Amino acid sequence: MSINPELQGRSYPASEPYQVGREKIREFARAVKATHAAHYDVAEAGRLGYADLMAPPTFAVIVAQRADAQLIADPEAGIDFTRVVHADQRFTHHRPIVAGDELIAELHVDSVRAMGDGALLTTRSEISTTEGEKVATAVSSILVRGEGQ
Amino acid sequence: MSIALSELATGQDIGSSTLEISRADLVRYAGASGDFNPIHWNERFARSVDLPGVIAHGMFTMGAAVQLVTDWIGDPGAVIDYQTRFTRPVPVEDIDGKAGAVVEVTGVIGALDADNSTARVDLTVTFNGQKVLVKAQAVVRIW
Repeated sequence: MSINPELQGRSYPASEPYQVGREKIREFARAVKATHAAHYDVAEAGRLGYADLMAPPTFAVIVAQRADAQLIADPEAGIDFTRVVHADQRFTHHRPIVAGDELIAELHVDSVRAMGDGALLTTRSEISTTEGEKVATAVSSILVRGEGQ
Repeated sequence: MSIALSELATGQDIGSSTLEISRADLVRYAGASGDFNPIHWNERFARSVDLPGVIAHGMFTMGAAVQLVTDWIGDPGAVIDYQTRFTRPVPVEDIDGKAGAVVEVTGVIGALDADNSTARVDLTVTFNGQKVLVKAQAVVRIW
């Protein structure tokens, strides 16, 4: 199975809205050993000017990986998930994610580069609120290893 | 929080931290993030795909390493851009009552941007003396 080179430039429509909950922020913060009080205590978050609990800097990965899942599940893409290696990741925050946000992500396949029998795919998730406010851009490259790679 | 851009210099050390990682941490991260790839919790599966054993999620290491930056700046919302390349896996051994891997994180100021009032913190993240994240950079807004 090989990667479809025509994926480049393809977009996938916004996923189902993701509701950012307080307990999810607390759970994710504990999981990445983030200790700042703004992830756990609404009053502390308010003291820093946030409307509610603030998500840690890599929280957007939850929303971005849901968007990526559409691509991986697309039979036309030809991606064998067991051969995927995460190569790089970037988050650009247009504003912090806080509890109560309802987020959607539109996925863009920015590049597909053949690497031997495998391929390096770069995707970009444009994350916004359901009202259209830009929240974050997550750019991710995955290496899909070919046979023997 | 009272860090002023004018008081910062390129090359300045912002500190260091040690991440002790156990198998339980990987299970917790899998649940919190929704990334249940078995290479992060199933030894048999990890070995069957030619890994040295269960490895940490790259996103776990990325997510935990930035705590050093948050501690320094005092506000996680100040991190407006954060990126890394994942270059080496971090195998996490299954040891009772003890960390299965120890990752070292250090940070220095890599660049200052007075026009945008931002500082770039360059993180060095190593396991057994070898870099596991490369070009790990966090851009922080200095209020």
